[in-house]
Amino acid sequence: MTDSTDFRSETFGSFAAKAFANRSFLAGFVITVLIAAMALLSFLWTPYDVTRLIVADRMQAPSAVHLFGTDHFGRDVLSMIMVGARNSIAVALVAVGIGMGIGVPLGCWAAARGGLADEILMRFNDLVFAFPALLSAIMITAIFGPGAVNAIIAIGIFNIPVFARVARAGALSLWPREFILAARAAGKGKALITIEHILPNIANLLLVQGTIQFALGILAEAGLSYLGLGAQPPMPSWGRMLFDAQTRMIVAPYLAIFPGFAIVFTVLGLNLLGDGLSDVLDPKLRRQR
Amino acid sequence: MSLLEIENLSVEIDGTPILRDIDLTIDQGEVMGLVGESGSGKSITALTVMRLLPYAARAAGRVSFNGIDILAASEDQMCALRGDDIGMVFQEPMTALNPVKTIGEQVAEGIRWHTRANRADAEAHARRILDRVGLPESKFPLSCYPHELSGGQRQRVVIAIACALKPKLLIADEPTTALDVVLQKQILELLRDLVDENRMGLLLISHDLAVVTDMADRITVMRHGEVMESGDTARTLSEQVHPYTRQLAQASMHVPVRAKPHGVSGSGEMLLEVKNVSRDYPGRRTSFLRKAEPLRAVDNVSFSMRPGQSTALVGRSGCGKSTLARMILALDKSTAGEIRFTGETLTGKDEAALKPARRNMQVVFQDPYGSFNPRHKVERLVAEPLHLLEKKPNSAERREKVAAALHEVGLSPRDMDKYPHEFSGGQRQRLSIARAIITRPKLVVADEPVSALDVSIRAQILDLFADLNSRLGVAYLFITHDLTVARAITDDVMVMHEGKIVESGRTNDVLDHPQSEAAKALVAAAPDLHRAIARRLQEQG
Amino acid sequence: MTAYLLKRLLIGLATLVVASLVVFGVLEILPGDPARLMLGFEATEDAIQALRVEMGLDQPLLWRYLDWVGGLLTLDFGRSYTYSVPVIDLVSERVVVSLPLALIALTLSTAIAIPVGVFSASRRGRPADTISMGAAQVGVAVPNFWFALLLIYVFAVWLRLVPAGGFPGWSAGAWPALKALMLPAVALALPQAAILARVTRSALLEVLGEDYIRTARAKGMPRRTVLWRHALRNAMIPVLTILGLQFAFLLAGTIIIENVFYLPGLGRLVFQAITQRDLIVVESVVMLLVASVIVVNLLVDLSYALVDPRLRVNR
Repeated sequence: MTDSTDFRSETFGSFAAKAFANRSFLAGFVITVLIAAMALLSFLWTPYDVTRLIVADRMQAPSAVHLFGTDHFGRDVLSMIMVGARNSIAVALVAVGIGMGIGVPLGCWAAARGGLADEILMRFNDLVFAFPALLSAIMITAIFGPGAVNAIIAIGIFNIPVFARVARAGALSLWPREFILAARAAGKGKALITIEHILPNIANLLLVQGTIQFALGILAEAGLSYLGLGAQPPMPSWGRMLFDAQTRMIVAPYLAIFPGFAIVFTVLGLNLLGDGLSDVLDPKLRRQR
Repeated sequence: MSLLEIENLSVEIDGTPILRDIDLTIDQGEVMGLVGESGSGKSITALTVMRLLPYAARAAGRVSFNGIDILAASEDQMCALRGDDIGMVFQEPMTALNPVKTIGEQVAEGIRWHTRANRADAEAHARRILDRVGLPESKFPLSCYPHELSGGQRQRVVIAIACALKPKLLIADEPTTALDVVLQKQILELLRDLVDENRMGLLLISHDLAVVTDMADRITVMRHGEVMESGDTARTLSEQVHPYTRQLAQASMHVPVRAKPHGVSGSGEMLLEVKNVSRDYPGRRTSFLRKAEPLRAVDNVSFSMRPGQSTALVGRSGCGKSTLARMILALDKSTAGEIRFTGETLTGKDEAALKPARRNMQVVFQDPYGSFNPRHKVERLVAEPLHLLEKKPNSAERREKVAAALHEVGLSPRDMDKYPHEFSGGQRQRLSIARAIITRPKLVVADEPVSALDVSIRAQILDLFADLNSRLGVAYLFITHDLTVARAITDDVMVMHEGKIVESGRTNDVLDHPQSEAAKALVAAAPDLHRAIARRLQEQG
Repeated sequence: MTAYLLKRLLIGLATLVVASLVVFGVLEILPGDPARLMLGFEATEDAIQALRVEMGLDQPLLWRYLDWVGGLLTLDFGRSYTYSVPVIDLVSERVVVSLPLALIALTLSTAIAIPVGVFSASRRGRPADTISMGAAQVGVAVPNFWFALLLIYVFAVWLRLVPAGGFPGWSAGAWPALKALMLPAVALALPQAAILARVTRSALLEVLGEDYIRTARAKGMPRRTVLWRHALRNAMIPVLTILGLQFAFLLAGTIIIENVFYLPGLGRLVFQAITQRDLIVVESVVMLLVASVIVVNLLVDLSYALVDPRLRVNR
């Protein structure tokens, strides 16, 4: 019987203590905060101005003057990575917002209604999953023109069924539970029950999925901008930097190294954060013998 | 030398002591009953003998089986013992079998592993043992998958696996707790016969004193990881020397004191009338083209209840009693028939129209852990039905009502600001009841409200139900598989079988002199501590 | 089981039909007149009009849709605007690059991931588990095109073992062709393998906590044997799901990877066709890719039924 102790409510303090005792969470949290701080700092200060092209300083190897070197227009790579972080984070974050904002209500609605509504949602999911996400993103950006906004929409659309699925599965497992039946016996309608009882109890799942989709969004944005379909120059983006580096790799491998590390580091941080969160928030996994 | 000797066994998990100085012996052909409430360490004792403890566990002391030092044995030696000389049967038959392997494969696997028999011989052996446990080839070929079997049948397969190689010791950890009483009786009889045939030692673990008394030659009573008392079953339970043994025995037989029930004798308006109610579920298609035959969970049921009346609805698992309860609570729609509550028809009404009825009709569920949203505080949880009131109370009124309800069920108003996980199982069931009575309903439907609780807690909750019945005049519809509970708390009883009500009447009349086959089977199978002790004493002269 | 599979088949077909409507509809709203694009700015209005009639662009929408679908079904995909050759020729020329690439990558990823996942799960919490899962955690975070650049730098530029890009064609012999596909396949496979290894491990650990594992242990079978005989097959269900999803990922991945390595595959074809507004090619290739995803998902559904007898009953 004690197996159903489930996720327990707790104060924020005890949650934080437990979370920071988790190595995964701690490492992920530190990395994520660092990247976010770097992106915020870039609004106020960067080592060099990324819009000024100084051809005389082009293709300089990393040194004390230019920590990560300079590119073929003489721009400072470190500064470009800092500004590029803004773009990556913004695109991925808004795309997660779109996915959650539309997907979660859809999933909850399907779980509450069941029957035909549920079937339609699941078939919609099948449909979206049948399109390789990047292919459709390429189509969307190609049709509406490249740019950060269209990249956001393209990635966001593919987050919708993901969140719908997670919300639906979580809600479906809760609906037959006794505390939901008790709420129904108390005369509460499906919408009210969803808000009061379902959402707070699937928030964990959504938070963990959110960090995963955030990380996937960073990767997808990098892919799109590598193909020239993301943020447009002169706005620096990590994927674009890698594209530019490719042809110059023999002479300047550092141009490919640093932006790549930035992507790996950010995605790694978010994944660690997600892993840590799911360990801390879901005792079912944590208890795992 | 005994078959199994446990001396000074202590176990800790992650540094927390779980068992302290356990002593226990089992002789060949002897049945040892191990009883205790949840958390007493019964299962850990069994897993120690099997050496299947969780990784973090550390055991100290001496466990010797047939002269082998179990705690010092290598993993290879243990593998040779498990399934060959020691067999084990677990509590949950629904999950104890691998869903992707046939029952033949699963029974034959252990035989092949230990005897190095070839496939054909092992399968022939598996066939024999499955026949022996009551799964004949005609209906249960080796190629059956677990999902094609019911819980009782699956438990027979688990027993077949455990007994295939005629072990010297069989360990059965709550083998019938997940089954209904009729199946329980069948499985216990099977275990007893197998033990007699093969002169096995049996370590039978149970929380149910009556079951253990029926089965065991000697019993060991455990509490909080320690042995309280052990000895001959009949003498231990008839003399009840140890205070904890006495407490357990009395709690098992507890009957609350009930004042003259309210209003039952009076005539007047019926509180609840159920007329010809049926409920169908879509059945499984047997072929792609034929339309599926619906499954009838509740079949043309009619009955009525007066205000203040306490009625039990008893029956085997799957007989449709919970479905019927949900239809009465308007949580499930009936396929046919009419349900009237305080003169109003409930069937076919929408949620808004049901509000007045819901005010007068609340529910208590079985699982005290699953009954509350873990993220809300007690105040909000208990106050939830206030949503039904015409005039929403302000926050002061709300706290006042919650405090009153908590007081009513023996909790403190200070508990209002706690979360449900801060309470024990029994306290949580009190919270459930507080929530159910906060709108002062006329009817409370209680679906197995005490079957997840330990006996001593169960006695207290039954007292609370009895007390509220006489003080508030609330009527109960008690859904239970436990006839002791039905006897203790209800005036009338209805026996349900395969979706139909097959017998009803005064509780004591029906349970003392059952007429229908279904009721007779239930009564015959129900464990009863009084009768079990009497029989033991009689056998010993 | 037939009912289950029939249902999945019908869903697959329905998805395919809706997908074709979506693809057709999306490209219909694409700005620009294909006839004008093909002929260039100097073309006369009459010439453009003539081409429109020839391409059937003057027909009603529904008619054009049915015509297009009918063409797809008879493998008559129409003519490319930019290359002026039948699309089927383009596709069949490119598919012999992309299909082997995706298959090699999928095989490689599965062959690496499942043993690593099983190995990790069987040594849970020990250094071997920590190290391999740490590596997988990093592998998940690596974008495949960046990994491809690193591979090119190390194996093509530095060690000069394989070409940095391009494809000699199968006519040049199997070995040079395979050599050209090696790095792209590794670049595609490793990040996918990292994901799959993690899924395999966690699925196994979940299954290892089930009651029936304890039953099997109580039969006297050692932990390792139980893992292989009882746990692995049950853990295959989530692994198969991910494998199915990964196929779609791999297809999309080929678009980028083929661009990195200058491989003349379907991915590069569709990417170029989109930028050149060669609608008929885009429509055909996208439908082909979508259809192959749906077919793979059907295969995954079929394998569920093979793994799990509970799905074999009619429902």
